[in-house]
Amino acid sequence: MIVWVEKDLCDGCRRCLKACPYGAIEIKEGKAEILDRCTACGACLEVCKAKAIFSDAEPKKIPDFSDHTGVWVFAEQRNGRLNRVCLELLGKARELGEALDQEVCAVLLGSRVSDLSQTLIRYGADKVYLVQHKALTHYRTIPYADAVEALVKIHKPNIFLLGASHLGRDLAPRISRRVGCGLTADCTELSIDPEEKILLQTRPAFGGNVMATIANRYSRPQMATVRPGVMVAVPTPDKKGAVVRHPFQITESRIGVKVLETVREKKTGSDLAEAKVIVAGGRGVGDAQGFQILRELADVMGGEVAGTRVAVEEGWIPPENQVGQTGKSVRPEIYIACGVSGAIQHRAGMMHSRYIIAVNKDPRAPIFQVADWGIVGDLHEIVPEMIRQLQASSG
Amino acid sequence: MDSIVLIKQVPDTTEVQLDPKTGNLIREGLKSIINPDDAHALEAALTLKDRFGGKVTALSMGPMQAIDVITEALGMGADAGVLLTDRAFAGADTWATSFTLARAIQQVGSWDLVFCGRQAIDGDTAQIGPQVADWLGIPQAAYVFAIESVNPKHITVKRRLEDGYERLQCRLPALITVIGEMNTPRFPRVDRLLAGCREKAPIRVFNAADIGVKTREVGLEGSLTHVIKTFAPKFKREGKILEGGKESVVRELIQRLKASEGATACRAFASACEL
Ligand SMILES: Cc1cc2nc3c(=O)[nH]c(=O)nc-3n(C[C@H](O)[C@H](O)[C@H](O)COP(=O)(O)OP(=O)(O)OC[C@H]3O[C@@H](n4cnc5c(N)ncnc54)[C@H](O)[C@@H]3O)c2cc1C
Ligand SMILES: Cc1cc2nc3c(=O)[nH]c(=O)nc-3n(C[C@H](O)[C@H](O)[C@H](O)COP(=O)(O)OP(=O)(O)OC[C@H]3O[C@@H](n4cnc5c(N)ncnc54)[C@H](O)[C@@H]3O)c2cc1C
Repeated sequence: MIVWVEKDLCDGCRRCLKACPYGAIEIKEGKAEILDRCTACGACLEVCKAKAIFSDAEPKKIPDFSDHTGVWVFAEQRNGRLNRVCLELLGKARELGEALDQEVCAVLLGSRVSDLSQTLIRYGADKVYLVQHKALTHYRTIPYADAVEALVKIHKPNIFLLGASHLGRDLAPRISRRVGCGLTADCTELSIDPEEKILLQTRPAFGGNVMATIANRYSRPQMATVRPGVMVAVPTPDKKGAVVRHPFQITESRIGVKVLETVREKKTGSDLAEAKVIVAGGRGVGDAQGFQILRELADVMGGEVAGTRVAVEEGWIPPENQVGQTGKSVRPEIYIACGVSGAIQHRAGMMHSRYIIAVNKDPRAPIFQVADWGIVGDLHEIVPEMIRQLQASSG
Repeated sequence: MDSIVLIKQVPDTTEVQLDPKTGNLIREGLKSIINPDDAHALEAALTLKDRFGGKVTALSMGPMQAIDVITEALGMGADAGVLLTDRAFAGADTWATSFTLARAIQQVGSWDLVFCGRQAIDGDTAQIGPQVADWLGIPQAAYVFAIESVNPKHITVKRRLEDGYERLQCRLPALITVIGEMNTPRFPRVDRLLAGCREKAPIRVFNAADIGVKTREVGLEGSLTHVIKTFAPKFKREGKILEGGKESVVRELIQRLKASEGATACRAFASACEL
């Protein structure tokens, strides 16, 4: 991209000098001269009366991407175990692949992980690209980025999905930079635009207060990380698929990092912002003992316990677990409000939850107005029954 | 040990007020702050400087008013600030933002470490750190919550994983993304803040020409992704009161939950899957 002056046409009127926002034009011997600082913004072209300034810039066009095909999923594994999110992504990838009539491929990296290929096929992969190397045993950014970059450049996928896990969010931006493609973060919805046939990627931003739909028209693959637990894994037990092995070479000096130690830790404290399930209690819970039962329900469902301001003031739960206008804003998949009236200040913090369940003995309690499903009754009977049935169903 | 810290000015979304009628975000009166993770990143760089000496430079891209976060950084103890501001930078996705920031970093001169926050609370992508590292061709350590040791060749850090942490030795120069767990940011000192507001304050302001980029490579024009629509998250509530005896209402509730999109969130339903 350059801008230049045809000296013969230039009359040295200095208009361009004034119009240039960057001080990138000088007049030398009565003629305009473009300096190295020029950013090719085009401001001078517009003001030049003598039409002496030219640019080779062309309007931005959407390139032809017909040679890019296939819906890819990154098969995240650690210590030989697949992260569940990649099976969820395969479920979504099948749906997208069918809408586009393109194949679904999984990308599996590691050392001695070939067994996992069959699982990937049984969850929807038509093909597994397998790269095995000692340097890929433990996840490290650069060897993983190198290996995936090579695959993407050879096989040119149309869509590439990774889990928005710690690993996925570490790796995906580097691949996108290498390949030169856009990347959408932490999507919760993906669909194919019926006309343009592009991937529409919807994600929360501003701490979940705004949803944005993003398109990636100018580069391929259309790449996105996807929030774990949002898409649904669909087993395809009789499916057959191919495993395609790729060679890989790398030296330790290129990698630059060494994993000295990996330490597993039980999570301490609760993290409401990350929780997928929240069991919340209010005045109706009655006492701290009552919150033990809510805790049990939360444990069965794999969630956290929270409460109203009243529950905090009573000392039944710590202040950091208050939900609402003066507490935390949360947006779990499932919010179960027990003995909570549903005051506006409480609703402000939980109304963006995906599903809301209310248990309250007062049928007129406002919480029922924002609930998907309500049970009118005594929480001290309903909650233990929920625990019982959930335990029975999970065996 | 010279560091560059990337800081972003963001609206304070923790003070977000929702319209009680529509549930939409009320934007008026939202304060602008230094992105919370970035204050921790700056503290990390200042702590290293306190121990080993060196220079800390705060770098921000944004409108002219983002000079406020640079001044705040000087107040906390940064030695210099760089503000990247140009109409051409506006509307950038992470591809264009990381390119612009990386160009500016190369312009600032020599450095050993680039610090940034894990995530900005407005865009929320957490993509800038790794992308900047890749433009610069240096290794990265993301989700860092402790620095164990530093020597002229290496830095050893602890970085958070979903189920624990990892101790990582990383060659210098490197880029580190910091999470809030790492430290408590110091308060700015009033005398430094005042000095930061003076005309002679060590703040450089760069536009596209100053960092040697074309306007079409940055901002909205240089972006590869585009936001085509934004909307308030709204779900149609089913608003169904389940009726019947205790056992049957709970059974019905669980069936509905199992059949819903929320099913994958619940651990009790997960056993059907082989992982
Ligand atoms: C400026 C301001 C800020 C505030 N910020 C917050 C905030 O951030 N978060 C917040 O939560 N509140 C906040 N509040 C307080 C809020 O207005 C309500 O007072 C509070 O949310 C009510 O809490 P609750 O639902 O636990 O209690 P109540 O309103 O007393 O409701 C208790 C409910 O439990 C039901 N119940 C009783 N026993 C049982 C039983 N055995 N089984 C089933 N149901 C039963 C009752 O029918 C009732 O509906 C704020 C208020 C103000 C003025
Ligand atoms: C609703 C919405 C959704 C968006 N979704 C996407 C998307 O999916 N993909 C995409 O590519 N772009 C997206 N964008 C654009 C993106 O927000 C901008 O590119 C933004 O400049 C950087 O991204 P971030 O805020 O997510 O930063 P993050 O990557 O979350 O920031 C990480 C760290 O990088 C540093 N940093 C980030 N920005 C700056 C800055 N301007 N100056 C100095 N340091 C900085 C800080 O240290 C920060 O803590 C979206 C924008 C909006 C408004």
